[in-house]
Amino acid sequence: MKSTKARASVPLIVGLTFVGILAVTALISYFWLPYKLQDMSGGRLSSPSLTHLLGTDKLGRDLLSRIMLGARIALTVGFTSVCIGAIVGVTFGVLAGFAQRWLDESLASVLDILIAFPTLLLAMLIVAGRGSSLASVIVAIGLGMSAIVARLTRLLVKRVLNQDFITASRASGTTWPRIVAIHILPNIWPTLLVNLALQFGLAGLTEASLSYLGLGTPPPNASWGSLLQEAQATVLVAPLAAIAPGVCLIALVIGVNLIADGLRGIGDPTLRSGK
Amino acid sequence: MNILEIKNLEITSNNGLVLNDLSLSIKAGERLGLIGESGSGKSVTALTVMGLLPSSLTAKGQVLVSNGESEPIDVILAQEGSLNKIRGDVVSIVFQEPLTALDPLMRIGKQIEEPLRRHQRLRGADLSDAVIATLEEVKINNPARIANAFPHEISGGERQRAAIAMALACQPALLIADEPTTALDVTVQAEILELLDSVVARHNMSMLFISHDLAVVARITNSVMVLKDGEVVEAGSLHDILQFQTNSYTRELVASARQLDDALNLSSLRAEHDK
Repeated sequence: MKSTKARASVPLIVGLTFVGILAVTALISYFWLPYKLQDMSGGRLSSPSLTHLLGTDKLGRDLLSRIMLGARIALTVGFTSVCIGAIVGVTFGVLAGFAQRWLDESLASVLDILIAFPTLLLAMLIVAGRGSSLASVIVAIGLGMSAIVARLTRLLVKRVLNQDFITASRASGTTWPRIVAIHILPNIWPTLLVNLALQFGLAGLTEASLSYLGLGTPPPNASWGSLLQEAQATVLVAPLAAIAPGVCLIALVIGVNLIADGLRGIGDPTLRSGK
Repeated sequence: MNILEIKNLEITSNNGLVLNDLSLSIKAGERLGLIGESGSGKSVTALTVMGLLPSSLTAKGQVLVSNGESEPIDVILAQEGSLNKIRGDVVSIVFQEPLTALDPLMRIGKQIEEPLRRHQRLRGADLSDAVIATLEEVKINNPARIANAFPHEISGGERQRAAIAMALACQPALLIADEPTTALDVTVQAEILELLDSVVARHNMSMLFISHDLAVVARITNSVMVLKDGEVVEAGSLHDILQFQTNSYTRELVASARQLDDALNLSSLRAEHDK
């Protein structure tokens, strides 16, 4: 059937390639790293060579190994916080979408206030309370994302609820939980998916910002953010130490944006028909 | 026994009275045409019978629905749970615009499955056989293809047939048709009217047929009720209304229906002549 075949677009392929390379790097880091993290045998700030492909940092640690570990952290934070954001955000968003009158208005204002609250500040509060760890970072980013996802979900649910086919489906005896499962979620999920893909990239970026501020994953774990922060003092002597994690961050954000772009058409059969 | 009995139905919105003191009854196998211009209260009457009145409107009076065997249910007082038992099973509705009354992201067959799954507890092969049988009942060509298609992939006439199939799937005692042909072009209109006529006759269903067009109603029912600005202005057999209308609005309706009839006769005479 020609009409139901999803056509992979160029942005989708390029985006998947970018994110795919990072994901493979992150996976490899679980089994093999060129050097142990604490291995300082490389000599301080050495230039790229066959033994250290990206050179070493000011303590003599292999930069490639640290970048690989950073990919693992960025993707772990991105994936888990998107899971939290999707589960919490969609659940509350759907409930808020059904609310009416005063309850609806107060829920909408609560969501707006939560969104106005900067994720970085929320993260600082959580880290201050629980101590800095990967889990704190994930919880902070996930909660911040939940509010954004919930607001979007609420609007999407309201839009679908106003459609005639919801009335028609109710007229054939469909219960509300079933309507959510068969009509509302399928109709909102293409838009949600695009948004969640973007949030994935933003989560990676926020994690880097937190680590740059020293609120992220504690040493010796190397996040791209802490790599950037460490490279700052020596950027004129060893620019690669700053460029490499920067390029990785850009690749992640551009990659998920391209994926989001490519995903736009796939959930919607009316755009699929190739007409 | 009355399938539908409405006693002193009064519907109010924030802006005042929408429908004033409407009473009617439909016995098994009977058909009633409800005629009026937009805003006359005919569609809110239909929604009230389905228990789907928007929360901005309030209904007073009694609306009793029965399948002819069981105790009648008062739709105005009934809870959502008992309403869901009769919706689609005892009383069904066909809406004006089939494109918006069908979920754009759901295959036609899946949408027809829903009432069968709920009211008749069909599963697996029985379910898909029942869907095909229902589509055959509404005289759709190639039912297997239609069942597998999305709403945007089929024609307007096929869409309305599919919407009728969804309403008829569980062979309700009462079928409400709310301007079912208004959104269709004239040749398709005639086909759909003929289809409704034959299906309702075959299963001895009762029908409430809503339209602004007396000429359309005249083809399918033998008794009519005329609404204007929420008031019943005339009610009786079609024959009486055509012969002895007392109300000025009804007179206009009859005159415009006659004009249309004359125009159609004239054009068919011309077509004969041209041959």
